[in-house]
Amino acid sequence: MMSEVSTAHAHAAHHRQGFVATYIFSFDHKMIGRQFLFSGLLMLIIGGLLAMMVRWQLGYPEQPLPITGWFSEAFWDSENWFAAAAPYGIISSEFYNTLFTMHATIMIFFVVMPIMVGAFGNFLIPIAIGADDMAFPTLNMLSFWTAVPAMILMLLSFVVPGGAAGGGWTSYAPLAAVPDYAGVAGPWGVNLWLISLFILGFSSLMGSINYITTIINMRAPGMTWDRLPLVIWSLFIVAILLLLALPVLTSGLAMMFFDRMMGTHFFLPEGGGEPLLWQHIFWFFGHPEVYILVLPAMGVVSEILPVFSRKPIFGYRAMVLSMVAIAFLSWVVWGHHMFQSGMNPALGTAFTLTTMLIAIPSAIKTFNWLGTLWGGSIRLTSPMLFALGFVFLFMIGGLSGIFMGSMAVDVFIHDTYYIVAHIHYVVAGIIFGVFAGLYYWFPKMFGRMMSEFWGKVHFWLTFVFFNLTFFPMHFLGVGGHMRRIYNPNQYEFLEHFAGMNEFITVSALLLGASQIFFLLNFVLSLFFGRRAERNPWQANTLEWTAPSPPPHGNFEATPTVYHGPYEYTSPLVEEDYLPQSRYVEGAVGTAGGGH
Amino acid sequence: MFNWLDMLRLLPEQASTYAADVDRVFYVIYYITFFVFLLVTFLLVFFVIKYRAKPGQRAIYSHGNNALEIVWTAVPSAVFIVLFLISASTWANIKIFKPRGDVDVRVVAKQFAWEYYYPGPDGKFDSDDDVKLDHDFYVPVNKKIMLRLQGTDVIHSFFVPVLRLKQDVVPGREITAWFEATKTGKFEIPCAELCGPGHSGMKGWLNVLSEEEYQTWAVENAVSNPASVN
Repeated sequence: MMSEVSTAHAHAAHHRQGFVATYIFSFDHKMIGRQFLFSGLLMLIIGGLLAMMVRWQLGYPEQPLPITGWFSEAFWDSENWFAAAAPYGIISSEFYNTLFTMHATIMIFFVVMPIMVGAFGNFLIPIAIGADDMAFPTLNMLSFWTAVPAMILMLLSFVVPGGAAGGGWTSYAPLAAVPDYAGVAGPWGVNLWLISLFILGFSSLMGSINYITTIINMRAPGMTWDRLPLVIWSLFIVAILLLLALPVLTSGLAMMFFDRMMGTHFFLPEGGGEPLLWQHIFWFFGHPEVYILVLPAMGVVSEILPVFSRKPIFGYRAMVLSMVAIAFLSWVVWGHHMFQSGMNPALGTAFTLTTMLIAIPSAIKTFNWLGTLWGGSIRLTSPMLFALGFVFLFMIGGLSGIFMGSMAVDVFIHDTYYIVAHIHYVVAGIIFGVFAGLYYWFPKMFGRMMSEFWGKVHFWLTFVFFNLTFFPMHFLGVGGHMRRIYNPNQYEFLEHFAGMNEFITVSALLLGASQIFFLLNFVLSLFFGRRAERNPWQANTLEWTAPSPPPHGNFEATPTVYHGPYEYTSPLVEEDYLPQSRYVEGAVGTAGGGH
Repeated sequence: MFNWLDMLRLLPEQASTYAADVDRVFYVIYYITFFVFLLVTFLLVFFVIKYRAKPGQRAIYSHGNNALEIVWTAVPSAVFIVLFLISASTWANIKIFKPRGDVDVRVVAKQFAWEYYYPGPDGKFDSDDDVKLDHDFYVPVNKKIMLRLQGTDVIHSFFVPVLRLKQDVVPGREITAWFEATKTGKFEIPCAELCGPGHSGMKGWLNVLSEEEYQTWAVENAVSNPASVN
């Protein structure tokens, strides 16, 4: 946790409490948000490096990893975990399975969830609704410090005998439910995976209870539900999904642990169990989980597009209702992950119908974002570029999802790279929402501005290499290229894809390298960035009326809210923005959703 | 010149009766989504260029338009219902209404190989004269083949790209899948579901023979051949 400590010095002026109470066991929602942010960014680097190794193996199968050639003979002879996993730099098939399993696990559970829900949720919810902190600050602190051991256990699992989990992030039974099937030296890779996520489930529960209570009870006077910023709406809905979905996964994890270590047979047919039960449990959690990841990104984008278009959000009520519709429907689509699983095919027909239904609110959101741009006065700042990038990538991810939503097409593209392309356009596309939010709220979080120039460089490189990496994966999928295979050259029908695999690998390495511009910009701006004023973007929402960064307690006096969050270019005032807490004669009753 | 735009030219050849049906749904969705992609991308880029901030010009003050909301809710809904209907019939044809097989083959998946069993001359499975094959199995062209998929350890997935057939194999139960090959030849059968460290490279071969070749093969290998009785 060194990084939090050092960066927090940037605003050391505010701490009146002791060092430990301020930076480590902090009760302050903003510090807890920053803690989630830094742990998430640290894991993003690790998860990214794992992906680079996966790509290396697919682009240059069974060739030594770069740099490993410099390692000494003594290193490879010694008993260290890396020499066992990748002897002489050549990734073994067991390690390859570990790489993609841990890449996905880390990115989903330790990067996107902590940053989107943990960091943005904690930082924004109290301050954007005009509260001085969360409803339960102690629970909030506990939520972060429960996530830390989960993170440590997940990383430790790399060095146990047999290495970390390799059953895919979905850990299907019986492969993950019987240690012997993994074919590695010990059971503790998957065991630690289960224990880590089990612990993390409690962290999420504590967070979600806090978010729900805070949003319901602690809104400032005048902050009615139809004046709530859309990012807060998204986090509110996500907290409800978390509260209901996580316990399902947690129970499943416990059952699988019992199957592995205590002789139960929940998922094992030889004892009367059912392998498909795990898939039902996992995806009953797993599909709401997808929306837990993507809804906050949609919220962030819905915040940023109006600010930099200087226009009210198009269709506020449609935006809220579509999120509510997504949340409800997300509980009845899980079977579309299981069309080919052996589940009753008639049930597959029903799940295709619900899957087509859930695409409708996503389409509505995209059209409303376009409507927000229409007639605007658009400023292409770095947060805006990343928000537009998210809209573009989410559109592709949404459209490609229709293919596997159709159970007929899914017969062919299920478990191929088409799926990999789709999940990355959606889930890796969320990283564009993360970057948009970071460039946008960085001044509020740390009191300094990030460099606009390097932000734009970062955007264009990331955008180009993202598409060069993930778009060709659709082509692989159409050709039938299976996902999760160690060496595509083992198949005659995939031979003609060797060149494309290499192209994707080079693009992926460049995509990874482009993130250096973000890292440098982020770290250097923490210390040397231009001091941020209260409201550098001339935005309306309450967080911008507090000092940058806000002190403990956030506001000098509890704000009163008079307007919806998106009153840009309102005819009532001369400026092109109207902060929510600014009283204007004749404006009372102006809701976010218009008239 | 715009050949590369046709992503679906990368589809493997069609070698089953329903392969063309699957591809047809694939193409319909492809054309629809490609059109939407072009439309949305055009509007996105066009709006960003046209409405770039200019000094002294204010944005339009609008909270939305209910008529537009109804249009862009109703139109996608109609499209999705059509897509559901055309998907449902193809799906039912492949997975729900399975015909009686002219030839029955039991496929057993295990880490990390496919095994195939044919009934012997008595025409029944699980008797002493069952014929077991590794790596390769043989079926006649233009006949309905019924696969009886069984697993022994973890979940595998039986995938023949040219047939457009994929079916997971789950231990503890028998799952049936059918196809009718329309071309003779030798086709790869990868395992499509992660099944452990040997998952990559777990594959077999489907050999589709002409009717005469299959009769000869069946006789030589003492495989029951009800098709020849007809």
